[in-house]
Amino acid sequence: MHPFMQRNDIFEGLRDGTPIALGYFAVAFSLGIIAGGAGLTAVAGFVSSFFTRASAGEYGVYTLMAASAPYTEIVVMCLVTNLRYMLMGAALSQKIAPDTSRLHRLLMACCITDEVFGISIAHRGYTPPAYTYSAALISTVFWASGCAAGIVAGGMLPVSVVSALSVALYGMFLAIVMPPSRRDGNVLLAVTASFLTSGLCAVAPLVREWSAGTRTIVLTIVLSTLVAWLRPIDVDADGDA
Amino acid sequence: METRDIVICIALAVVTTNLIRVLPVVLIRGHIRHRFIRSFLYYVPYVTLSVMTFPSIVETTVSPLSGLVAFAAGVVAAWRGLGLFPVAALCCVIVYVMDFLLTLL
Repeated sequence: MHPFMQRNDIFEGLRDGTPIALGYFAVAFSLGIIAGGAGLTAVAGFVSSFFTRASAGEYGVYTLMAASAPYTEIVVMCLVTNLRYMLMGAALSQKIAPDTSRLHRLLMACCITDEVFGISIAHRGYTPPAYTYSAALISTVFWASGCAAGIVAGGMLPVSVVSALSVALYGMFLAIVMPPSRRDGNVLLAVTASFLTSGLCAVAPLVREWSAGTRTIVLTIVLSTLVAWLRPIDVDADGDA
Repeated sequence: METRDIVICIALAVVTTNLIRVLPVVLIRGHIRHRFIRSFLYYVPYVTLSVMTFPSIVETTVSPLSGLVAFAAGVVAAWRGLGLFPVAALCCVIVYVMDFLLTLL
């Protein structure tokens, strides 16, 4: 049997992917409420979430769609919000056994989400493709189902419940950015500056007219450039920093 | 949006997002050495997620105040190392309870 078909790897991937899947369902539900607002049907939401698998990226795209933004903005939004996957892809490429076929390299890269990347990188030694596939499969099924459920139920739930559930996504974003902020003062600077300028842009004259999507694209490029220029990271350090 | 536009938007999102995932594995053989590019890529996710969170979290709730409190509580809880799901759940509960209490006033 070829190494990437080991039953053990499949089992481990499903085991480690299950808690991720449960969290995804809840968060995707709140994403589904937003997707429903943008006019997506449950089937469209399922397909879109199944193949995109990007919380911030999808959120950005659905808010743009709700604002009937041009196609170019959709593409730019995907590029900006998912730039981190490029870094993760680069890091993951170092964890794939050298004799792995190109097809498996491509498929493994397609599995990347923050969490699936996290457990794939944490796997000891080279990461077997089957491990990443099974973790990605179970979490993706829950992610897509959660989004579809949010679209269906979002319209039926009382406003108070929808309002409460819609902040789940933001809670997840906070849980991603705060721990690194605590470890790295430069990240804390970037995060704090983001909160402040973003809040400012929402009320300041002229820029107040921007949609949330446009604000995200412009501020991400401007602030990341500024912080990268003022506080460059240490490139001699190996690893994913 | 019309159905055709929705399908095109979804297709663009799927293709772009997966191209980003796949490109480095195909193109990059070694490590990226350029200091500015590495630094830029390093900060991008944190800035994007932060900008998306605030002030949108305050704008989506029934009362802006409950969104603000959920934001503050989420920041503190995440700072203290609570995971993705607990922080998300905490924010939801706070908004639900506060929105309810504020309507009583």
